[in-house]
Amino acid sequence: MKKILILVSSLLLAGVFIAGCSSKSASDSSKLTIVGSTALQPLVEQAANNYQDENSGTSITVQGGGSGTGLSQISNGSVSVGNSDVFASQVSGVNTKKIVDNKVAVVGITPVVNPDTGVKNLTMQQLQDIFTGKITNWNQVGGKDEEITIINRAKGSGTRITFEQNVLDGKSAIKAQEQDSNGTVQKLVSSTSGAISYVSFSYVNSKIQAVSIDNVKPTDANVKTNAWKIWSYEHMYTTKNADASTKKFVKYVKSDKVQKTLVKKLGYIAIKDMKVSKDANNQIK
Amino acid sequence: MDEIKDRLLKPSKATHEDQRGKFISYLSIGLIAVLVISILVFITIHGLAMFTQNGMKISDFLFKTDWNPGKKLIGALPMIVTSFGVTLLSALIATPFAIAVALFMTEFAPKRGAKFLQVIIELLVGIPSVIYGLIGLAIVVPAVRTIYGGTGFGILAGAIVLFVMVLPTITSLTVDSLKAVPRHYRQASLALGATRWQTIYKVILRAATPGILTAVVFGMARAFGEALAVQMVIGNAAMLPQNLTSPSATLTSQLTMGIGNTIMGTLPNNALWSLALLLLIMSLVFNLVVKLIARKGRIK
Repeated sequence: MKKILILVSSLLLAGVFIAGCSSKSASDSSKLTIVGSTALQPLVEQAANNYQDENSGTSITVQGGGSGTGLSQISNGSVSVGNSDVFASQVSGVNTKKIVDNKVAVVGITPVVNPDTGVKNLTMQQLQDIFTGKITNWNQVGGKDEEITIINRAKGSGTRITFEQNVLDGKSAIKAQEQDSNGTVQKLVSSTSGAISYVSFSYVNSKIQAVSIDNVKPTDANVKTNAWKIWSYEHMYTTKNADASTKKFVKYVKSDKVQKTLVKKLGYIAIKDMKVSKDANNQIK
Repeated sequence: MDEIKDRLLKPSKATHEDQRGKFISYLSIGLIAVLVISILVFITIHGLAMFTQNGMKISDFLFKTDWNPGKKLIGALPMIVTSFGVTLLSALIATPFAIAVALFMTEFAPKRGAKFLQVIIELLVGIPSVIYGLIGLAIVVPAVRTIYGGTGFGILAGAIVLFVMVLPTITSLTVDSLKAVPRHYRQASLALGATRWQTIYKVILRAATPGILTAVVFGMARAFGEALAVQMVIGNAAMLPQNLTSPSATLTSQLTMGIGNTIMGTLPNNALWSLALLLLIMSLVFNLVVKLIARKGRIK
């Protein structure tokens, strides 16, 4: 009897405690919850750590979950910031009227192959033909006689949307295996002979071969002038009536302090360094 | 006099305690019932949304093979086939091992040996599935790749990882059912002049058959529902598996891969809920099978 009473009362207490916590975080504006894109997560996490060191009153929680999660959570207002690799208008089902776009960085994406294929350069047409299944052997593009193994990212992943928008030209990719992160793709391409996939620049290492397109190398400098076409913005979406501390943190991420140090250190490209800009329909200005 | 009468007529302290205890238990049961029912209702509503709101056909969902909800292709057959493939294959490999280990533990091993094995099995149950997945990715996939070629991802790698994961489940339940065989069955068999082996496979295993089958079905249910470890080694390509080493996707791996990349209320999201509903229905079926086995298989 006593035990049950203790159990029940402790459960009740726990319930009250949890309820207390959540209601507090809703009203106390100095608690920020940020969810979404895993590609942007390292930057925001690091920025949040630095920010909290300077502003002891603010506590920031950064979570992954994917661009889709970020966009849907921010459009129904349940988080402070929703991170995304893609424009909200590129994704169906998001109410874009309620949210504000903050571009905080640029990420370049490059096709990568297993080094044993012997391919270092492809034309845009060849790349498209590989991912649409017209070219199936590496010897058709000047490589070894070896079957091509395509590794895709999950449908709806920001990296995949950006890659397909710039490479496939509206055609759809053939079905192939899918992996859910840059890291897994990197490991797989390096260990699977004949493999091709795509990752953001910071995931290229000595075990995988980044491929030039039409003899343009995948470098930050080429992204800045749009000579390298496969790149996307990293967005931090907030609601239209975001509170002061949310705005302050977003402003901090966009400030020179973060843009000139952290952004570069973590392999992104600073917004201010871009010589061109893109809109949601992939039109260059 | 009155005082005593009063005390006898009024409910005692013990009665009060009894009532309070009852109230708390009913409250807990009620809460759990509400929880279970709301989960069932929630998944059913969301799972059917694709057919009611988006106007997709159930027959397309169950029998077509093209899965790309973003383009209104909702054939889930590849995932259904793969899910059953890995489940059956892993149970098929695991069952003989599980029965052998369980027999050893109950019939042959000295007490200390049995206890030692018990600890190992409990340890295997306790290992988080992400660790099984990591080991699968680091060892099983490359091994399959070097032996059979291809990328190494596929039903075979999934079944091998699941084999290790369901083995402890099947083993411990089989041990329970072997222990439940009455002692006098063994004694009678031995008294009739049967050897130990004859006793085991003609009497003990026969008497324990319903229990062992239940164990296998529970193992299958676990394999069917496992998401993380399978997702890491299956390859996640939503197409019908051509062989055991071609990349494919299970219901669960498609769910974990897709859920972060879809928006609530859109067709791709609803399609994932339909997969979840299918998983739920399958686990109910597994439970029903267990009930049936328990009822029909008993020795009369």
